[in-house]
Amino acid sequence: MGARPKVAFFEFTSCEGCQLTVVDSLQTHPELLDAVEIVRFREAMSEKGDDYLVAFVEGSIARQSDEAALKKIREQAALVVALGTCAHLGGINAIRNRQELQSVRQYVYGDKADWYETYPARPISAVVPIDAVIPGCPIDRDEFVSVVTALLQGRTPVLPDSPVCVECKLKENVCVYLRGMTCLGPVTRAGCDAICPTYGDGCEGCRGLIPQPNLASMKQVLAEHGMSADQVTAKTTMFLSYQMMELEAAKNG
Amino acid sequence: MANPSLRVDVHHITRVEGHGNIVVDVQNGQLKQCDLEIVETPRFFEAMLKGRPYAEASHISSRICGICAVGHATASLRATEKALGVEPSEQTVLLRKLNFHGEILDSHILHAYMLVAPDALGVGSVIPLAKTAPDVVLRALRMKKLAGDLCAAICGRHTHPIAMTVGGFSHYPTTAVLQALRDRLVAVRADVDATIELFQKLKLPAFERDTEYIALHKDDEYCFIDGRIVSTDGGDWPIEKYREVTNEFLVPHSTAKRTKNQRPSYMVGALARFNVNYAQLHPKAKEAARALNLSPKCVNPYLNTVAQVVEIVHCVEDSIELADRLLKTGVTWRSPVQPPRLTGEGVGACEVPRGTLFHNYVIQDGWISGANCIIPTGQNLQNIELDMRALVPTILDKNQQEITLALEMLVRAYDPCISCSTHMLNVRFE
Repeated sequence: MGARPKVAFFEFTSCEGCQLTVVDSLQTHPELLDAVEIVRFREAMSEKGDDYLVAFVEGSIARQSDEAALKKIREQAALVVALGTCAHLGGINAIRNRQELQSVRQYVYGDKADWYETYPARPISAVVPIDAVIPGCPIDRDEFVSVVTALLQGRTPVLPDSPVCVECKLKENVCVYLRGMTCLGPVTRAGCDAICPTYGDGCEGCRGLIPQPNLASMKQVLAEHGMSADQVTAKTTMFLSYQMMELEAAKNG
Repeated sequence: MANPSLRVDVHHITRVEGHGNIVVDVQNGQLKQCDLEIVETPRFFEAMLKGRPYAEASHISSRICGICAVGHATASLRATEKALGVEPSEQTVLLRKLNFHGEILDSHILHAYMLVAPDALGVGSVIPLAKTAPDVVLRALRMKKLAGDLCAAICGRHTHPIAMTVGGFSHYPTTAVLQALRDRLVAVRADVDATIELFQKLKLPAFERDTEYIALHKDDEYCFIDGRIVSTDGGDWPIEKYREVTNEFLVPHSTAKRTKNQRPSYMVGALARFNVNYAQLHPKAKEAARALNLSPKCVNPYLNTVAQVVEIVHCVEDSIELADRLLKTGVTWRSPVQPPRLTGEGVGACEVPRGTLFHNYVIQDGWISGANCIIPTGQNLQNIELDMRALVPTILDKNQQEITLALEMLVRAYDPCISCSTHMLNVRFE
């Protein structure tokens, strides 16, 4: 890559918290602004450049009319990076995919439901091919910096394949199961430095499943720690609805 | 008249959170159309909360907004606690207040320095200021980092909080961490003074339109969490009666629902809080208001940003006092209060950076069976649109670029959080 590659930020259905985390990463890494030229960042600047090499995309695709905008970004950018769980896995938005779409629309918009366009929420990779992922809800600042560094050096960023438990043990945390709580750490991709267990809460799986997760065993552990079948389903569908539905669909052929 | 006909079409207003368009159409001097379109995708949080365990609600609903994640989590926890009869301890209340100040500071500094100041300094973003006014940018980043660190010490991270739970916290800051934050809060006073000086110099448009201002109120403190709903037009409601105040309605050009109370629209946010709760501000914040020439009742919406600067002073001073109280008693590691029942209905309300936020849940046997959230930006949209309609006829002698900037600055002054506000509607509780 040449000097100061142009980068742009985009967002679809999301809370924009990942882009806010990007802004926060500048507090500790102001040198990022010397390494790249930001040509578009609607949340923070008025300029709207259409010439960019790297596109960071936050948010899920949750309506037909957003697909064209995403495809245009894909045509322009040499690299498309999914920023955060909504873009990576559908995230929290996909919770509603498990319910009947029309009833979801009517519950929120009543008899005006047809005024507003929507369909089940999907990760951006369901619409266009992507080149890299920065997982998490929200993304981890340090991981953002390391992924950007790798991309600037022409390397493919590597995400850990190990589960959150590995990082949690390295932090010498007391296992949250021993504190009477439940946790998806055994099946969730590491890279967050086990931040939730460190602050006393079980992992919710926001970074997605590790390769070959033993879900049957995970569910059994949750049940052994007092969770009903409905509670186990809830636990594994807060951030993982889309992935779990894909796995179920694959299993059912 | 310089512009007998004019078309302003701002697609995706920048330096705001979420997606909105401004559409103004003037034909032969007559204002034909003046809309703030909300084109954010519908997000359906109420439907997503339905059928989830109560303990997940604060974690799911903090994802409504990356900027006011702590505010959503706090309102959510209060709604759940009231539904299930949980009384948080005094230590929990103090830590929540301190955490909340961290978010107000973080959001106000972001808005005042990075979203509004560039307009007043004639640039498109904060980035060119890093070269021309590095001290200003570094100060903003330094203040914002302290605000974020304050939240991180208490709840793990500002976006999205981890350690906040029903009945308390799952993690506590050590005395050393709290003391270090207290020292940094004292040291940041110099930056706060410099912020007041900066906003004394920035010129914001002179435009006035009286409206109804609504905020949560407590007699003995500048209210951010709980309290009662109070209006500058008179009126005082318990938060459980929020629907009588908000009266939501839909318009086709907006995925966010609108509200009105005693007039065709009302305003919430820093300026509304300043107008309703001036008496409860910290003396140093009142001093700052005098220095900034801001006094209640102020009816210039552009000065919402100045009211935010006054609140920055209040939150820094009150945070120092809260930290002192916590340090005096010492923070003890306590398990969260367990709910005495698992069925009930509750309303939680907070003054998040952009105004009054309501969460209302019905919980049955530990599962959420009904949810309604009313977000500040949704409450402000109608007021912004009526401001735009009053403003445009008074500035038709300016050129199109100036008119567009004046309208964008008006929308930005409200600090709208659009992705937050697009999922509301009259929810039937079943």
